Amino acid sequence: MIKLEKVSKSFHDTLAVKTVSFEVKEGENLILLGTSGCGKTTTLKMINRLITPDAGEVIINGKNIAQENPELLRRGIGYVMQNNGLFPHYTVGENIAIVPQLLKWDQKKTFDRTKELMAKLHLPDEYINMFPHELSGGQQQRVGLARALVADPAVLLMDEPFGALDNVTRASIRKEFKGLEELKRKTIVMVTHDIQEAFELADRICLMDKGEIIQIGTTKELLYQPSSDFVIKFMESERLSLEFRVTTLYDLWHDLPEKNSSNAILVSSDLSVWDALNCFRSGVQEIAFSKDETAEGRSIDINDLTLAFNRYQIRYQHE
Amino acid sequence: MNEPQQNLWQFMSGESDKLLNQTFQHLGLTFISLFLAVAVGLPLGIFIARKRKLSGSVLAVAGVLQTIPSIALLGFMIPILGIGAKPAIVALLIYALLPIIRNTYTGIVGISAEVKEAAIAMGMSKMQVLFKVELPLAMPVILAGVRTATVINVGVATLASYIAAGGLGEFIFGGISLNNTNMILAGAIPAALLAIILDAILAAIQKMNVKKFRKMLYIFPIIFLVLGGFYLLPKAYGSSLTAGFTPEFMGRQDGDLGLKSVYGLKIHTIVISDAVMYQAAYEKELDIISGYSTDGRLKAFKLTILKDDKGIFPPYYAAPIVRQASLKQFPELEGVLNLLSGKITDSIMTELNYRTDYLHQTPERVAKDFLIGCGLYKSARGGKKGVIRIGSKIFGEQYILAEMYRMLIQGNTDYEVATKTGLGGTKICFDALMNDQIDFYPEYTGTGLLVLLKPDPRVSKKMAHDRDSTYQYVSRQFSQKFNIKWLKPIGFNNSYALMMRQKQSKDLDVYSITTLQKYLDKN
Ligand SMILES: Nc1ncnc2c1ncn2[C@@H]1O[C@H](COP(=O)(O)OP(=O)(O)O)[C@@H](O)[C@H]1O
Ligand SMILES: [Mg+2]
Repeated sequence: MIKLEKVSKSFHDTLAVKTVSFEVKEGENLILLGTSGCGKTTTLKMINRLITPDAGEVIINGKNIAQENPELLRRGIGYVMQNNGLFPHYTVGENIAIVPQLLKWDQKKTFDRTKELMAKLHLPDEYINMFPHELSGGQQQRVGLARALVADPAVLLMDEPFGALDNVTRASIRKEFKGLEELKRKTIVMVTHDIQEAFELADRICLMDKGEIIQIGTTKELLYQPSSDFVIKFMESERLSLEFRVTTLYDLWHDLPEKNSSNAILVSSDLSVWDALNCFRSGVQEIAFSKDETAEGRSIDINDLTLAFNRYQIRYQHE
Repeated sequence: MNEPQQNLWQFMSGESDKLLNQTFQHLGLTFISLFLAVAVGLPLGIFIARKRKLSGSVLAVAGVLQTIPSIALLGFMIPILGIGAKPAIVALLIYALLPIIRNTYTGIVGISAEVKEAAIAMGMSKMQVLFKVELPLAMPVILAGVRTATVINVGVATLASYIAAGGLGEFIFGGISLNNTNMILAGAIPAALLAIILDAILAAIQKMNVKKFRKMLYIFPIIFLVLGGFYLLPKAYGSSLTAGFTPEFMGRQDGDLGLKSVYGLKIHTIVISDAVMYQAAYEKELDIISGYSTDGRLKAFKLTILKDDKGIFPPYYAAPIVRQASLKQFPELEGVLNLLSGKITDSIMTELNYRTDYLHQTPERVAKDFLIGCGLYKSARGGKKGVIRIGSKIFGEQYILAEMYRMLIQGNTDYEVATKTGLGGTKICFDALMNDQIDFYPEYTGTGLLVLLKPDPRVSKKMAHDRDSTYQYVSRQFSQKFNIKWLKPIGFNNSYALMMRQKQSKDLDVYSITTLQKYLDKN
C-alpha cells in the first residue's frame, strides 16, 4: 500500500532522515517510534508531500507520489496533528467539511457524513455550530480526527495525535480509537514517542534513532527478538508492562488450568494480560474465554493469570 | 461675510452647498486613495509575508515615504503630476501604504504554522490557503491597518486644498488666512467628525464576529469605491477658462465675492495654494489666478495683471505697524523705520521679489544690495541697548522687508535685533504683536482694514479704494483699539490682482476684468 524506498532528507546541515525504507500493508497500523528529533515527523510528512525527500521514492498504491498532483494526493490522505490545527475561524461543522468542500460534495452528503462521524466520535450534535476554542482539548482532537476521516481516505497519517492531551483523556481517547470501526480498514502510519502507546496501538512498530530505522517488526518481535542493544535499552524501563501488553490470553491457553465456572465474565481471547489485570483490579473475580469457537471455555482468576504468565515467560525466553 | 455677529451655525448653513461639496470631496479623496492603497499594499504585504527576506527593505521604504512632510510630498508631486486630484491622491496613497503593508504582513506572519500546515495537508491550493485561511485570519490585523490609514488620510486630505484638489481644507486654510474662526471651524469640525465616525465604524467592523468577516471581505472594496466615487461626481464646469484662487481670496469681499457681485464674473474656479498657483498658470493648468501685484513670479512666469476697472481690490500699502509701548521703550526706532518710507515702488518690489522667489537669492542679500543702492546701508554697530523683535509673515516680500529693517536698526542705532520671521498668516503675526512677542512687523492697509478691523461693509466700501483715507482710518482705529501705530507707508501697493499669461491675454484680447467677463459670457 505505502512503500518508502531509501528516502533521505536533510535540513541545512542536519540529516533528519537517512535512507529509510519500509512498507505498510493495506489495513495495517505502523507506528513510528523514537525519541524527539529522531526524524519521525519528517518521515511522515514525506508521505503526503508536505516535505519533499532529497532522495528516494515514496510509492502509494503502486504510484510514485512525486508524479502526482500534490493537492489531489493530499485530499485522499487523512492527516491528524498533535495540536489539532483546526481553523479557529471555522465552526466545528465547517472544519469537518473542509475536504468535502474541496472535493465539491453536495451539502446534504457533507452534512450527513459530518453528523455520522460526530456521532461515532461521541461529539454531541450541538457542537456543530460551535468554534474550536469553545471545546476541550480532547473534543478538539476528536474534531481533528473527524476532519481527517470525513472523506473516508484509504490512508491516515497521524503525528502524535494524543500528544497534547492529559493522561486521563489520552487513555480514554486511545481506547475509543482502538475500537473505532472506521479505522479498522485504514492503512495508518502514526508517530509517537510514547512506548506504551505504540505497544497498545501498533500492528508493527518502526523504531527510529537519529534519522535511521533501528528495528521494524511486531511488538512481540521488538520485545523478544531485539535487533540490538539500543532496542533493549529503549524498552528497559517499561519492559514488564510491555510484556503484559503484548501477551494475550490466547498466548496463555496452554498454561491455564482447565476449569469452568458459571460466574465468570466472558472476554475475548485477544485481551492482553495488561487489560485482564485491569479487569481484576476493577473488582471482577473471574473471567472466561475460549481459544476458538470449537474449544471449551476456561475461566480464570488473578492467581491463575499470574501463574500462567510466569510459565509462559520462562518458556518463551528459552525458545 | 465678515459681519461680526454671525455665528458658526449661520455660517455653516449659509455655506451649506460648499460645505457639502467639500465634505464629499474629502470623503472621495480619502477613499479613492485608501482603495488604491489597499490595492497596492495588500498584495505587497502578502508578497513580503511569502518572501520574508524582502520584508525589511520594503517596510523601510514605506516607512521613509511616510516621514516626508505632507506639504513637501505634495510639492514633489506637482512637477510630475501637475495640480488637482491626481497628485493629491498619490500623496495620500503613499501615506496610507505603510500601515496597510505592515499590518497585512504582521497579520499573515502571525498565523499559527499548524493551521497553515493543516490547510495544506488537507489539499488546499495556495490560493485557497490565502483566501480561506490566511486573509480571514489576518483580517482583524489588516483592518486595524486600514483604520489607521483612514484616520491619517482624513487628516492629510485637508492639505489637498493646497494643490487644488478640494476638500475641507479649503475652509480651514481659507479661515486661517482670513482670520475667520467660523470658517476654520466649518472645515475643522466636519473633518474631525469624519475621522471620529470613520474610526468608530471601522472599530465596530473589527469587533464583529469572525464569521461575518468572510462576507465583509467582498463588501469592503465596493464601499470604498462608492465613497471614492463622490469625488468623481460631475462638477459644474461652467466656462471655457479655469481660474485658480487661494482659499483666502475665495472668501473675501475684495476677492471672489466681489468678482461675482460687482463684475458678475462666472468662471469655473478651483481652490489652490498660493505656493503653486503661478507655476500652474504658467503650465496652462490654470488661465486666471488671484495673485499679488508685486509678486516676483509675475515676472518669472510671464504673467500680466488684468486691470481692475471697477476697483474692487482695495489698495494694500505696506507700512510697519509697531506697539506703542515699543516706541516708548526704543525712542530711536520710529525714525529708523521711517527711513524706508517712500523708497520702494511697485516695480522695485516686484523686482526684489523676483530675485528671492525666482532667482533664489537670500532675502538678506537682496535687502543689502537694495540698501547699498540707495545709500541707506551702514554696517552694524553691534550695540547692546536692548533687543527689538521683528516679525514677518511667511512669504518672500515680508522676509526682505524684515531684513532691511534689521540692517537699518543695527546700522543706525545701538539696539540689538531678533527676527521672528515666518509667522504664518496675518492672524498669527498680529496675535504675536498683540501678545508682546514681537515689537513690529510690516502690514498692509487693506489687510488691516478688511481682515483685522472688519468694519461694517458700508464703511469699508466708502474708503476702500482711496489710499489716504484707508491709511488714516486704520491708523486711527489701530491706535484706539489696539495701541498700535502705523508708521509711514513704504511706497508700494501689494494688492490682489487677477492675472493671466501674457500671451493668452493678447490672443484673447482680454486685458481687464470687464473684458474677461465679456469674453466668458460669449464663450
Ligand atoms: N524545517 C526544519 N528545518 C530545519 N531542521 C528541521 C526542520 N524540521 C525538522 N528539523 C530537524 O530534523 C530533525 C528531525 O526532526 P523531526 O522529524 O521533527 O523529529 P521528530 O518528529 O522525531 O521529533 C531534528 O533534528 C530537527 O531539528
Ligand atoms: Mg515530531
